[in-house]
Amino acid sequence: MEAFSFENIKEKTKEKLGANPKDAKLSLTYFSVSFITLFIGAVLGLLQGLNRAGLLELPAGFDYYQVLTSHGILFVLVFTTTFVIGYFYAGISHIHEGLLPKVRKMGWIAFALLVIGVVLVFIPVISGDASVMYTFYPPMQAHPMFYIGLVFLVLGIWTAAIGVWTSAFDWKRKNKGKHLPLFTYFAVGAFLLTFLGSLGVTAEVLYLIPWSLGWVETVNVLLSRTLFWAFGHTLVNVWYLVAVSAWYVAVPKIIGGKLFSDTLARVVVILSVVLNVPGGFHHQIIDPGFSHGLKFMHVFMSLSIALPSLMTAFAMFAVFTKTGIKKGGKGLFGWVTKLPWGDVRFLAPMIAMIAFIFGGAGGIAQTNNQLNQVVHNSLWVVGHFHLTVGTTVAVTFFGISYWLIPYLSGRVMTKKLNRLGLIQTITWALGMLLMAGSMHWVGLLGSPRRTSYTTYGDNLTALGWDPYLIFLAVGGTLLMIGAILMLYIVIHLMFFAPKGKTEFPIAQPDYFAPPTPKWTERWGLWITVAVVIISMGYLVPLVDIIMNAPPGSPGFKTW
Amino acid sequence: MKMPRQEEIWLIISVGVLVLSMVFTGYQTFALGMGPPSNKETLDPQKVDEHPLFSEPGVYETGENEYEIVMTLEAFSFNPGDIEIPAGAEVTFIMTSKDVVHGMQIAGTNVNAMVLPGHIQTITETFDEPGEYLILCNEYCGAGHQLMATTITVK
Repeated sequence: MEAFSFENIKEKTKEKLGANPKDAKLSLTYFSVSFITLFIGAVLGLLQGLNRAGLLELPAGFDYYQVLTSHGILFVLVFTTTFVIGYFYAGISHIHEGLLPKVRKMGWIAFALLVIGVVLVFIPVISGDASVMYTFYPPMQAHPMFYIGLVFLVLGIWTAAIGVWTSAFDWKRKNKGKHLPLFTYFAVGAFLLTFLGSLGVTAEVLYLIPWSLGWVETVNVLLSRTLFWAFGHTLVNVWYLVAVSAWYVAVPKIIGGKLFSDTLARVVVILSVVLNVPGGFHHQIIDPGFSHGLKFMHVFMSLSIALPSLMTAFAMFAVFTKTGIKKGGKGLFGWVTKLPWGDVRFLAPMIAMIAFIFGGAGGIAQTNNQLNQVVHNSLWVVGHFHLTVGTTVAVTFFGISYWLIPYLSGRVMTKKLNRLGLIQTITWALGMLLMAGSMHWVGLLGSPRRTSYTTYGDNLTALGWDPYLIFLAVGGTLLMIGAILMLYIVIHLMFFAPKGKTEFPIAQPDYFAPPTPKWTERWGLWITVAVVIISMGYLVPLVDIIMNAPPGSPGFKTW
Repeated sequence: MKMPRQEEIWLIISVGVLVLSMVFTGYQTFALGMGPPSNKETLDPQKVDEHPLFSEPGVYETGENEYEIVMTLEAFSFNPGDIEIPAGAEVTFIMTSKDVVHGMQIAGTNVNAMVLPGHIQTITETFDEPGEYLILCNEYCGAGHQLMATTITVK
């Protein structure tokens, strides 16, 4: 009991002090970029929705594929990365009582590298020299500047990762024998997963640069795809892990409950880090060059990623029911009415979780080989990741912003802003429901992704898709409204809301919770296990792809 | 780690569902031969026209109501296009790309395969229902990607 009251006192002093102003500036800078990106990305998304619905022809100077490439890069690489770094640095600053000066410096260096990277990537995209999508599959060959920009992005992410790990080491040194705080534990895991996932794509990009410069004639197409997807899917799961961190750490506190299980949360982090990277292979289920046996092994590797999510699903509902019952909820479903639905800090992550029930189920379905063949590269897939990433991840990030931004800016959320936040959340969720829902359906009928509006010469099958595609425009419009509301709220929380102290919600374990076992801290072991599993997934196919490669492909500019 | 009883039940049931889905997928792949297109042959992507097979793309009858369609894909067309086959035909598509990555999909069927330069991809489908089917490219391949389509008519 001693320890707990001591923790409480510490918690109270921190509330008085508020955020460290230097660290707050760093995180708020990241968030500014993040939400401006959200706005631009949503505009581009709306343009695509209108085009796909057959309502708008995009001009040749900035055509559909440039818009789509930009939309993808902005959301996949910029919005998420900047938010994740801003969030983890803010949390670590709060929990570790300020960032180490060298870590803060790393935060700024990472920011500079990311800005350089984004500028270098977008110059060729806007000038029409890199309409290659964020997946940049060779032998489509973008301008060399595009690939060089990607290198800077990776360096930025690695710098941010080193900052997080430095903070964790420092905390362990100063708190011998104690467990790393759960929030920091999530941060360490998320950046470790990012790092492991980024190795493949870094090798790919370094291999493509000499090719794009003309120093090397040809490229191994299948090798590039495989290296890319070791990264592509891992990245998505990093954001999801970040969202999950807020579900475990912040949401129970917001609803007045306790942490479900500190150990379980850490096991979820470990499993996510260890199992994730080979999952990327399920993007290549209908590729040539891999045997059925290998593809079947990867069904297992991909499905295993569902395990930590299933654990999380249980933990979240346990927290909700426990808290609801404690607050006087009667009967089987009484607890539901006791949850703070009118508090946007709860409603947003709750909607995110509900979306993941469907997003996760769809993911499990499409990972199975033959089912994947039905939907591969159709709009179904686009619908899937607009549920998982566009709803679960994005809406959780919005939910975090409602308390984290005022915490950092030394302001408080007003009733009016909260109400606006509720409207924002519902608008966004409804927009995604309409858009992602119709994408799933029309994808099953065969409508392809990454294709501007077409009837394939008034083909009857293709014309039959048009009624569903209208909803892409309707959903896109609602999402645009949602993005404008979000930007408005963020600007208010940064500069105009009344001054005051906002809590950084961190759930505490129950008094009777058993101590967290020591093995959760054995990172050396988990990294080894991760490397072994990654090798199991990739060693054989990579050797095969390299040894039995056909003559390579020269570059093409087909746009 | 001690788990609550309900959590154990939840995990056993949900993991059971995952295992069951794997069993189905494995049975379909290995017992029924329904696995995804996974051909491992390769060729020189810059010499497709000189390749013994792909030098003459077209529809070839190989048995009783069995056909092979040797097809090349390039930005932004399928060769051959406007294919006609009789109802009930078992058709094996043998494909490669002459330039970038393409995807070959026939709407309303389970025919869906990535076609990469340097690789020969195959996929087999039996067309029982007469009608006109839309063949389209479902991997972004450049400015005219939305125009890359043809049809296969089953008579």
